[in-house]
Amino acid sequence: NPWVALAYLVAGVFFILALRGLSSPATSRAGNRNGMIGMLIAVVTVIVTHDIANIVEILIAIAIGGLIGFTIARKIAMTQMPELVAGFHSLVGMAAVLVGLAAWMNPGAFGILDAEGQILTVSRIELGLGIAIGAITFSGSVIAFLKLSGRMGGKPIMLPGRHVINLGTLAAIIALIAAYAMSATAGPGEGWMIIAVAVLAFAIGFLLIIPIGGADMPVVVSMLNSYSGWAAAAMGFTLGNTAMIITGALVGSSGAILSYIMCRAMNRSFISVIAGGFGADDSAAGGG
Amino acid sequence: MDFISVLSIFVLACFVGYYVVWSVTPALHTPLMAVTNAISSVIIVGALIASAEAGSATAKWLGLAAVVLASINIFGGFAVTERMLAMYKKKDSK
Repeated sequence: NPWVALAYLVAGVFFILALRGLSSPATSRAGNRNGMIGMLIAVVTVIVTHDIANIVEILIAIAIGGLIGFTIARKIAMTQMPELVAGFHSLVGMAAVLVGLAAWMNPGAFGILDAEGQILTVSRIELGLGIAIGAITFSGSVIAFLKLSGRMGGKPIMLPGRHVINLGTLAAIIALIAAYAMSATAGPGEGWMIIAVAVLAFAIGFLLIIPIGGADMPVVVSMLNSYSGWAAAAMGFTLGNTAMIITGALVGSSGAILSYIMCRAMNRSFISVIAGGFGADDSAAGGG
Repeated sequence: MDFISVLSIFVLACFVGYYVVWSVTPALHTPLMAVTNAISSVIIVGALIASAEAGSATAKWLGLAAVVLASINIFGGFAVTERMLAMYKKKDSK
């Protein structure tokens, strides 16, 4: 259906206008409205063009989430904004993990099976990456939320040998995704690989954020934002959905640039923040 | 769609994202982050597809849970951005 792709393209254009609009005070409110319009187009398109039997359940799910989100947004104090955004990121990360697991459990419905009834190799890689990035976004955002809200000390927690641990965990995640992609079958028997990817990714999200001091947290929140975009894009590749690919890429790259801009404004080293306190010296430690 | 067309779309969108935010004024860093966060809940599209497909009850419930999470983010994210921007506007008019 060409109209679906066209509608997703229009939604993507609205998202671009939203990001652009938020760059200057004069256009910022129109920008936010454009974002809402884009999201409405994307959601309505998928509901209208998909053969959906359980529309009531879906509308209830949207209503529950909408009510919770709206209430939180109304009640939160202005000073709590950064922690709120961090909390919201964790939801996107978890949603990406759930969508990935759903696609893995029900691959036939997503059209990602090959002639022999196995999940396509490229889809396995996309699934693995999407779940891993989503899980990192989730646990990293939870830690950022806890630090910003003062529920966890703002001081960097420096584990001995943390770079070795982080690199080892990252290597294990990549190796597991590769092993999953190359295994002869991709059914329930290989499920432990996907679960292990998720668990290790949850762990590395935690490990990457605990060494970062409270002062650097806004940059981290923006970086996690970028990760949530990449997770959405990876899921978009799995589903062959251009709305998710375009928007995920937009969010991923603009979030990374925004964290870079924020780092520069704060005179921080971008690499040291994203690598989880890599090369963090006394000055960075004192920032907490 | 074949992988290369999808990849082309992805790469071009990355470049758009790269260039679109460079000129942001520092005062708008937090609202921009909030709106980017709201937009990233486009993952709801995947969640809706997952929750609508028959074949696996577990997958459907995972999809519905993802729809709830993404909806919190959509409504909360845009509403909170609107609130922040309203505050800036008040400051300007004083």
